[in-house]
Amino acid sequence: MYEAVIGIEVHVELATKTKIFCDCRAAFGAPPNTNVCPVCMGLPGVLPSLNERAVHMAIKAGLALDCRIADVTRFDRKNYFYPDLPKAYQISQNELPICYGGGVDITVGGEKKRVRIKRIHLEEDAGKLLHREGAGTLIDYNRCGVPLIEIVSEPDMRNSAEAKAYLTELRTTLLYTEISDCRMDEGSLRCDLNVSVRKKGSAEMGVRTEIKNVNSFAFAAKAIDYEIERQIELIESGEGVRPETRRFEESSGTTLLMGKKESEADYRFFPEPDIPPIYIEGNTVEKIKKELPSMPAERRKRYVGKYGVSEDDARILTSSLHIAQYFERAAEGSEYPSTVANILLCDVLATTSPDKFEPFISAEHLCETAELYGSGVISSSSVKKLLKLIGDSDLTPRQIVEREGLAQINDTELLEAILQDVFAEDHKLVADYKNGKTAVRKAIIGRAMAKSQGRANPVLLQKIFDRLMQG
Amino acid sequence: MIKTIDRFSVGALSELLIKKEISAVELTEYCFEKIASRNSDIGAFITLDEEGALAAAREADRKRASGESASGLLGIPFAVKDNLCVLGMRTTCGSHMLENYVSPYTATAVGRLIDSGAVVIGKTNMDEFGMGNATNTSALGLTRNPHDTRCTAGGSSGGSAAAVAAGLVPFALGSDTGGSVRQPAAFCGAVGFKPSYGAVSRYGLLAYASSLDTVGVIGADVESCAATYREMSGYDALDRTSKDYDKNSLPIDVSKLKIGVPYALLDGVSKDVKGAVNDIIDRARSLGASIVPVELPSLDACLGSYYVIASSEASSNLGRYDGVRYGYRPESYDSVEELFVRSRTEGFGEEVKRRILLGTYCLTGEARDGYYKHALAARKYITEKMCEIFSSVDFVFMPVSTDIAPKFEDLIKKTPTERYLDDCYCVISNLSGIPSLSLPVGRGRGGMPVGVQIMADKGFDARLLALGSALERGSET
Repeated sequence: MYEAVIGIEVHVELATKTKIFCDCRAAFGAPPNTNVCPVCMGLPGVLPSLNERAVHMAIKAGLALDCRIADVTRFDRKNYFYPDLPKAYQISQNELPICYGGGVDITVGGEKKRVRIKRIHLEEDAGKLLHREGAGTLIDYNRCGVPLIEIVSEPDMRNSAEAKAYLTELRTTLLYTEISDCRMDEGSLRCDLNVSVRKKGSAEMGVRTEIKNVNSFAFAAKAIDYEIERQIELIESGEGVRPETRRFEESSGTTLLMGKKESEADYRFFPEPDIPPIYIEGNTVEKIKKELPSMPAERRKRYVGKYGVSEDDARILTSSLHIAQYFERAAEGSEYPSTVANILLCDVLATTSPDKFEPFISAEHLCETAELYGSGVISSSSVKKLLKLIGDSDLTPRQIVEREGLAQINDTELLEAILQDVFAEDHKLVADYKNGKTAVRKAIIGRAMAKSQGRANPVLLQKIFDRLMQG
Repeated sequence: MIKTIDRFSVGALSELLIKKEISAVELTEYCFEKIASRNSDIGAFITLDEEGALAAAREADRKRASGESASGLLGIPFAVKDNLCVLGMRTTCGSHMLENYVSPYTATAVGRLIDSGAVVIGKTNMDEFGMGNATNTSALGLTRNPHDTRCTAGGSSGGSAAAVAAGLVPFALGSDTGGSVRQPAAFCGAVGFKPSYGAVSRYGLLAYASSLDTVGVIGADVESCAATYREMSGYDALDRTSKDYDKNSLPIDVSKLKIGVPYALLDGVSKDVKGAVNDIIDRARSLGASIVPVELPSLDACLGSYYVIASSEASSNLGRYDGVRYGYRPESYDSVEELFVRSRTEGFGEEVKRRILLGTYCLTGEARDGYYKHALAARKYITEKMCEIFSSVDFVFMPVSTDIAPKFEDLIKKTPTERYLDDCYCVISNLSGIPSLSLPVGRGRGGMPVGVQIMADKGFDARLLALGSALERGSET
């Protein structure tokens, strides 16, 4: 009956060394008010000096997200009063944003969909307030002037799953460009959700609320689910939805009123007179395009088509640029790329953190290990053994296999001899099998395996057993 | 020791210093003596720094003796309008809001002059935050015209003009957003130079209207202004609207010049001003220039566009004065909202509040399209028109104001908007970013000075100063 309409605004802190309009360091975590200067403090008489690196990174982000880059872009002043805003205006972009008209492709429940990006613009961050119960508020201006890009989506999402998929793909794509470390826990990636509800099939938009203070993608999904329900209830009861800014409360999983919606304030936008407009040349954009690595979506297509990896597995392999590059190094030129993928997914990823990919095995060695397994030199249980030994050794996988005698026994005569030994040791088992107790097969083969110290080629062993039993 | 110095210009003083007829320290002491005797009458200075000045003067003498520097400004004393920052000194902008504010850095323009060896004597009085044309809105005192203390020295750089006119310093820095250097210079009989927009860095100039503000200089003669301009102008990485323009010009041949005169405007000025304009036209003609009539864009359009843009930008630039980090703050308050409201209500004067409200209105809601966007369009037209004019003439003569410096008792009879009308001849230079030079041209009734402007095309500052010199020479009386 109802459908939700969801748009998301994501703020991303750019990983420039210095702030957007002055030379102060833009690093996170410094003691309060130590990365400040007259410019970012908005002292009387100062002027902004634009950091070109921030413009470069914004263009890179725009290209990665399939956006068009403006020929001419300009800063505007967004005027309002707040203690964390030293100049009483934020230098942002209103009429001529640096990027526009892009999008991100997501897959939810097997269905493909494109979430369009309306615009990306540059702006400066504000300071941080620290409220102390009954003892006033402190202000830290370190964050003032750190460059941000604001990525505004069209309201193309219809449920929390799509929102989560959008945020995930957006973040992964941005991580590939290395313009930000995109950490929600450090505030280098923040999102505001815009949610409204309308009758399915209606062309009109319902009343929108904005949800802030969402600290993870999982919480974003929860907040959206709650808010949709809340709005539907209000509509059905006749009370109607009010345009509000709400904040998500993690403990209760609900959204709570924060204040009247900010956009009711008139920001009195006007062009920033202290910064001349920026003309972006075609060959600048081309140069930056060349800097971009191949993006996650494109890589996933390749992995599925060329390497026979499943979509789900491809998603994990491309979840970070470093994992993707590692996988490609190992899989390129390998005859067993899907094996490479499997070992990487099952054994290598488990031992390293998602934030910092530090594999215990080199790509070359992973490739060799996959080859050893795929070509039948070792069995799957030996793969595990081999991986355990590789981390501490300078030897190549092949050398370890040889040293440890991990190679499978593929010699049919030898295997037959082992089986014959087992038959000789326990006539009862053989008799039971011949009398129809097929379950005994497993036990006999198990014993043969044990006799070979696990090195018998299991497929061959079973074939030989069956042949012998026939005769 | 010196008894009195005849000509208190940069050139004359520099010669005395080079010839070692006087030391920089003696010169500085001389300035402070004169200031002590005259400042209480005219109220030119808000802050004086005798200790700092003498230390700088000693350093200048040392550098001259050792041959380390031979700059034309070495040891020359000067004053700084109190909206330009000087490290360690108060920068008050003539306001209670910043009455005790000490800047942690020095404005680029001032710094370059200090680096060339010039000596900062002190900070001069001004209309609060640059908003005014009589230096009578300062919260920290009234400035009077040295020629007749019943009259205004003009504004907003009234203190700088009075200091130069009274012979206290050979030059003083000012700022010109809508005539604030040229008009006080004209009222006080000094030379007032407003460079092209961007020629001098605005870093360290407390902003009133960012796209109109220009650091300028008031001097005893054209060369005093020219020497200062050469030293302080040029691109500054801290001000991205700044540019490099030619600092020097080939000697100017006035006989090859075509100078435009907007004759239609002369109907609106007093006899004294008309006389002065005719005088300078005669001077130019006698040097061989051809004089042609020109038609300027409507002064009403200029004024309207100026006041909308200036107030709008001012309402934004003055937002930072909220009592949180520096400046005036009430003793007690119960909320952030109260802190903001009371700091600004109590810290700002009437005229400042008036313009902030005007500007806030012009940028809000529907008014934006009606006022602000319209004003921008008018500005674009005015700028293009001036460009066109300068493709057919080299310079334009222009009145600076309707009349000589008014008496205070007459001034207060006017309403604020009537006062705004007095800016009509000056704002066109700020709107179009062109350089303008106000020259003293004789005296009017009561012996009061009269000034006339020469305007040039953007970037032609050096040529403008050269013409100013030529016309100044041609007036040796």
